[in-house]
Amino acid sequence: MNPSQSNPQDEPLPLGALAQAAHAAPAMTLPGAIQVDYRIPKRRHPLVAFMRQQPLGTAGLLIILLMVLAAIFAPWVAPYDPLDVDYAGLLAPPSPEHLLGTDNFGRDVLSRIIFGSQTALAVGFLSSLIGSTIGAVIGVASAYFGGITDLIIQRLMDIILAFPIIVLALAVVAVLGKNVIFGIDWNLIMAIGLPMIPKVARVVRSSALSIREMPYIDAARTAGFSHVRIIFRHIVPNVVAPYLIMLTAFVGQAILLEASLSFLGLGVTEPTAAWGLMLSGSAIDFYEQAPWMIVFPGVAISLAVFAFNLFGDSLRDWLDPRIKI
Amino acid sequence: MLRYIVQRLLLMIPTLLGVAILVFLMLRLMGGDPVEVMLRGEGANVPQEIIEAERVRLGLDKPIVVQFGRWLGGMLTGDFGVSMWTGNPVSHEIASRLQLSIQVAVMATILAVLLAIPLGTLSALYKDTWIDHLIRVVSIAGLGIPSFWLGMIIILLLLSYFHWHPPLTFTPLLENPRENLLQLIWPALAVGYRYSSVATRMMRSTLLEVLQEDYIRTARAKGVYERLVVTRHALSNAMLPVVTVVGLEFAFLIGGLVVTEQVFNLNGIGKLFVQAVARSDFTMVQSLVLLVAVFFIVVNFVIDMLYAWLDPRIRYR
Amino acid sequence: MKLRHAALAVAVASLASASPAWAETPKSGGTLTFAVSAEPPNFDCHAQSSFAFIHPVRPHYSTLLKFDTANYPKIVGDLAESWTVSPDGLVFTFKLRQNVKFHDGSAFSSADIKATYDRLRNPPQGVRSLRVESYADIESIDTPDAQTVVFKLSKPNASMLANFASPWDCVYSAAKLKEDPKFPERHILGTGPFTFVEHQAGSHWLGKKFDGYFEKGKPYLDGYRAVFMGGAPMVNALAAGQVLAEFRGHSPADRDRLVKALGDKAVVLESPWVCSLVVSFNTSKKPFDDARVRRALSLAVDRWTGAQALQKIALVRHVGGVLRPGYELATPEEELVKLPGFSRDIKAAREEARKLLKEAGAENLTFKLTNRNVAMPYTPVGVFLIDQWRQIGLNVQHEQLETRLYLAAQQRGNPTYDAALDFNCDFMDEPNLQLMKYISADRSALNYSGHTDRKLDELYDKQSGELDKAKRAALVREFERHLLEEAYVIPTIWWHRIVVLHKQLKGWNITPSHYVGQDLTDVWLDE
Repeated sequence: MNPSQSNPQDEPLPLGALAQAAHAAPAMTLPGAIQVDYRIPKRRHPLVAFMRQQPLGTAGLLIILLMVLAAIFAPWVAPYDPLDVDYAGLLAPPSPEHLLGTDNFGRDVLSRIIFGSQTALAVGFLSSLIGSTIGAVIGVASAYFGGITDLIIQRLMDIILAFPIIVLALAVVAVLGKNVIFGIDWNLIMAIGLPMIPKVARVVRSSALSIREMPYIDAARTAGFSHVRIIFRHIVPNVVAPYLIMLTAFVGQAILLEASLSFLGLGVTEPTAAWGLMLSGSAIDFYEQAPWMIVFPGVAISLAVFAFNLFGDSLRDWLDPRIKI
Repeated sequence: MLRYIVQRLLLMIPTLLGVAILVFLMLRLMGGDPVEVMLRGEGANVPQEIIEAERVRLGLDKPIVVQFGRWLGGMLTGDFGVSMWTGNPVSHEIASRLQLSIQVAVMATILAVLLAIPLGTLSALYKDTWIDHLIRVVSIAGLGIPSFWLGMIIILLLLSYFHWHPPLTFTPLLENPRENLLQLIWPALAVGYRYSSVATRMMRSTLLEVLQEDYIRTARAKGVYERLVVTRHALSNAMLPVVTVVGLEFAFLIGGLVVTEQVFNLNGIGKLFVQAVARSDFTMVQSLVLLVAVFFIVVNFVIDMLYAWLDPRIRYR
Repeated sequence: MKLRHAALAVAVASLASASPAWAETPKSGGTLTFAVSAEPPNFDCHAQSSFAFIHPVRPHYSTLLKFDTANYPKIVGDLAESWTVSPDGLVFTFKLRQNVKFHDGSAFSSADIKATYDRLRNPPQGVRSLRVESYADIESIDTPDAQTVVFKLSKPNASMLANFASPWDCVYSAAKLKEDPKFPERHILGTGPFTFVEHQAGSHWLGKKFDGYFEKGKPYLDGYRAVFMGGAPMVNALAAGQVLAEFRGHSPADRDRLVKALGDKAVVLESPWVCSLVVSFNTSKKPFDDARVRRALSLAVDRWTGAQALQKIALVRHVGGVLRPGYELATPEEELVKLPGFSRDIKAAREEARKLLKEAGAENLTFKLTNRNVAMPYTPVGVFLIDQWRQIGLNVQHEQLETRLYLAAQQRGNPTYDAALDFNCDFMDEPNLQLMKYISADRSALNYSGHTDRKLDELYDKQSGELDKAKRAALVREFERHLLEEAYVIPTIWWHRIVVLHKQLKGWNITPSHYVGQDLTDVWLDE
């Protein structure tokens, strides 16, 4: 990450994708004719190009897709109801009936992990989306309007940034309590999204700044185009790349933060199925008898974050390796 | 340059003030009454008058602005106030625990740096080969594994296979290095792994960027020997952002030790923070958060200065 | 003496605790390291109610009387050598030991007792005492000579003698209290077996043997070290043998883990616990102001099956009403099953519950169960209760809050919760203590449901002054029945205490109370 907030970089427009595609295309030849290199870039679908060049990223993407499908089709995929208490089958080891064993209430661990992906993805996606979008808007506004607005906004961002992430999240959760609509705790999502805002704002701001310095912006203003139009036509396309990259990178961080908060008892609570929650308290107590209670949720978290980071990394490498996050 | 320094210093003040206000408000809004927690937390039969009397004693009955003013005034004279839970001075409580947290943070940093520099360099030099892929996978994995989970697994493995548990209480490094290190190496590992991943990735990406510079390409064209020399130059140029990241992560770390200290039962400021929040010990939480925020802002400032000194473009915005 | 009988013989015949017969000769020496899972905020016994205080601090002080842990609930003298109670139960005369010294060398006398109890029942400005209620019936305290102290009560109180054995009644130095009534908050000066050495906040507490202790040859230990740690780290340290005990209680899972890790070095002691979990309903909120709804919710819970299942994973085990099952005055099982909510025929009970709900128009009731954020045993019991209410078609949300938010939700005067899972723990079996939770809001600071029921209040006062055991039991039973019918606050399951010690630790006996027996006088290490 580029720590200096006052370093206007010369960011080129993200033409990297097209240029790379062009290089990848073979020269076209006609049999028997003079070898002329027409170099018409073969129109490969960007996704295919991505898959070819970024094998790691593709792997990450596949894992993410798997998770998303599991989350969407959870009620059909999961063998049991995650809340089903079974006092007769407590702490059962992995078996054909319970592939990953049962926990201290007799609930099926596999089902809880599958349903847990719903919480993880919902919280992860939404908080990252909200945090990054707000951050991007603030960054663009800050860069575009400049002057006092910029100064004040930057100070506000500094203030938020000065708080350790977990303190901030803890504070928001503590102040706002729980606010569950449609089964999602929006206050938790805000708590996790909040620390992301200043980081995204910073990066987006430097991207936006480089465009703003360009003469055609002034020209557009003189021509009488509205702020909104200028922003959307010229500035936004330039910040899309860093925005997307940060978005994907932060989903991983959001999932981790949610796990930490649940572990501390401040996130989701029993009996909801959530990976961080599955790791706290009872899991440690029952480690000797039921190691599967502690191992599998941890693996799930690691895998999810791993996949998002892989994908985000590759996305950045592909779109523009110069962006330092 | 001087103008830039003064400008940045002046900008620090509203930030610090903003942090102080935010922390204070946050706590008062957080709900919970330290007196209730202290007296009724264990289900004791306490009449309402006693609770009210305590609140007056702690100054909780005054309007918020007055409470804030008192606190801020105290801070400026170096008086951090008194913990609402124990009645001991806050500075006292923090000082006795700070050493441990700082030591773990330093050890994690050393570990991270020792790992990050060689791994990051290798990964950049052999980009897109299996070495690069392997190192990238390992470091991205490090980013994903929750450090508290890693910590739990470490302790449980130590117990199961070695039937050994780290020392329970903290002995300062100079008093008994063996006891001290035996206790603190494990949390340093758990935290350091993630830390090293961040640094490795940073090293890799900055080195990659430096390697694309013109002077490197020229050197390459000139021949192998040149390349070795230049690689060393490239490295030293790439180090700056890495050092920056390490510095910032260190600042982040102080605040991030919260969960790790729970897992390893370390008597540091992270644990103090969690306990203070649970007890609604406002004065303690305020002071702790402010301390960490100030630390972070100061580190940020120093790094900005470093950058400005090395990259003149920034000063003349 | 009837009163003496009542107080001394509150025997728990079925108290099948594995009290090992310490027939061996105790050895002197060694330092005991044990864990305490929480830390006290200050040093004043009179202002505390947590075991977190008792475990590290109690060994520094003595009390007037104490419990004989090998024969609980027998009461023996600590600072008192002998005592007599007048036939009408209004005058208690104590003969104190001689040659007792404080840790600083000053002599102990009856004036110290008087100063201590005056502070307890009538704290001066700025001093907190949580025991004012318990000693409200004391009219006067006289000290005819340095070895005698006489308490006069204004009316008979069946719990008074046992009250004097309270572990919270630390005896302070009258001289120091005179100088500064708040002296005990920051300073430790007692007559107990151990002197105070060091307290490092967040880390540990050290105590050293007091050579001038009035019981010659004791304490056996050279000193003790209380380490502040809880949860998983604590169990790990126990498993590794680095701490020899944690005196509060373990969950069954921890016990199994420790037994597996320590093998034959583990000694497991179990006992019923004077702690229960109760559900409080917020009577100021609809529809919990309707007794039918409350009773229905109580009927729906299958306590018997629940206790069977939960005891494997949580530290609850015994089904009982307002008093601990096994205690002399508690309702025996044959009678208990006739009370609403305690029937073994859960089908019939649930049908009645559904009927009551329908009558009250609350068939599809949805509400929140507010619970503490503590894993053991709150979480499993919370999950269990929600499951039970699911069986009668109700949708209940589980809300686990940190202590401060939990207390805020229950705030008297403005409670916001629907139903809350709460605990009721005391230092001994005593109706005056246990029933305090259930009487009217203007009488009891422990009443979080906001109800007012004069019948309950009346019964409470009557049983408090009833010195005859049988009559007292009958009154308590009437209280219980009425309470369960109104169901403002319903008892669910009582806890079970499991303590795992390292076999090196000897001389410690388990009792139903984790506040009692922590002076460590008789504890020794067999190394």
